[in-house]
Amino acid sequence: MQQENNVMGDFLKDLMQKGKREDGRTAMDYRNIAIRTNVMPNAEGSAEVTMGHTKVLAGVKVGLGAPMRDKPNEGNLMTAAELLPLASRYYEPGPPSPDAVELARVIDRGIRAANVIDMEALFVEPEKVWEVFIDIYILNYHGNLFDAGTLAATAALKSARMPKAEKVGEEITVIREGNLGKLKTKNVVTSCTFGKLFGTPILDPDGNEESFMDARVTIANDENVVRAMQKGLGGSFSTKELDELLDVAFEKSKGMRNMISNAAGE
Amino acid sequence: MGGGEKPELFKDGKRLDGRGPEDLREIKIIPDYIKNADGSAYIEWGNNKIIAAVYGPQEALPKHVQDPQRAIIKCRYQMAPFSSLEEHGRTGPNRRATEISKVTKEVFENAVLLDYFPGSEINLYIEVLQGDGGTRAAGITVASVAMALSGIPMRDLPYSVSVGKVGDKLILDLNKIEDNYSDADMPIAMSPKSNDIVLLQMDGNLTKEEIKQGLIMVQKAGETISRIQREAIKAPYERIAERYKK
Repeated sequence: MQQENNVMGDFLKDLMQKGKREDGRTAMDYRNIAIRTNVMPNAEGSAEVTMGHTKVLAGVKVGLGAPMRDKPNEGNLMTAAELLPLASRYYEPGPPSPDAVELARVIDRGIRAANVIDMEALFVEPEKVWEVFIDIYILNYHGNLFDAGTLAATAALKSARMPKAEKVGEEITVIREGNLGKLKTKNVVTSCTFGKLFGTPILDPDGNEESFMDARVTIANDENVVRAMQKGLGGSFSTKELDELLDVAFEKSKGMRNMISNAAGE
Repeated sequence: MGGGEKPELFKDGKRLDGRGPEDLREIKIIPDYIKNADGSAYIEWGNNKIIAAVYGPQEALPKHVQDPQRAIIKCRYQMAPFSSLEEHGRTGPNRRATEISKVTKEVFENAVLLDYFPGSEINLYIEVLQGDGGTRAAGITVASVAMALSGIPMRDLPYSVSVGKVGDKLILDLNKIEDNYSDADMPIAMSPKSNDIVLLQMDGNLTKEEIKQGLIMVQKAGETISRIQREAIKAPYERIAERYKK
């Protein structure tokens, strides 16, 4: 591939062969992570996550809608991701790119499969349920949007308030301000994303590493089980590698779950 | 225009949020907010929270949009779907956002020395993360700072604020409730060196006298806004200077 000739690629390859990374991390280290919740108080929930130079904002809105045909007693969850053109020179305005769609769907699957939201608590009356919208806004791209996005989305959900529906006659009004309870959550999910850079698996690839890695795998788990996985790019992982990465994911997720609890004020 | 009962917007010389008629909301600008951008800034203007970022100048693409004489500006203003207290919004540009993007672009076509960069494009992105009335004004104000920080030469540093009317009283810097229920709304952007008007929109009803009066109010507020803009632009350099003093 052409990337072989690239100066940055050669530099990263050289480092990798010495077991080093550009920012001094070892292969299985995260960059510094910070979570701030309720940064956009107009939204029912919000959280900003920085992971190194990656900056992601998740906003949660809750509104009334119709249930899905196959789940008439549960609320709806809709997750979208926006690769804002202000986040990178290479992002362009327009409809969601395949990358943005994949990002949103992988984050959505983790949250859904781990039952982060109590979906049955979102039932209002027949044909009327609460809908939860998660919008993941990428503000600055520098790699590993999957983990930063999952953290932001989960922290925003855990700190979200729950509007009230008041029915007068046939008309339902939504009350979004004042004394409100919290959105009912049941679980916490986090994800760990690994890249394969010149043959070596690394945790939390940054923007430069992502340009040269040839495989990626995201593992979303809670305390006990894996809830979602996604392998990406053209390269591959061996079964042995995946086995080791699963151990790392369970180990690393403990700290992230604590960070979410702290950020959500639990 | 808002539904429901009209609240009393002006009572005993005070507005709903306690401001007098000519008071600005609190404005805070954080420079260099987006690391990847060539220039960027974040503004909190009352409850508005907005990011502006500039990328460029770079080769204008597709090629047929290139102007061999000067740079072109591409501007996108957008509101996040979670930016309002009401329902979840729809993503992507709507007619309102398209118009605001256009008039904002025209403000910077005036301010930027475009003929320095023939064949190039300058991308200006304004993302409203939380909106509470006056987002286009706050967006232009913070975009000025982002543009200046990108190092692109400008002939002036435009600022923007709106004037409105409640009953027969003119008020400066309308928030969301005031915007919804006021009798007139007039967003204005000015070039402070020349005091030229670079953006003017209006709807509602205003007499000629009121427009004149409104423009004076804008220019007076402009002194404060310009000062906050200049301080934000200087801040990163002052931090560097501070470091080297030691």
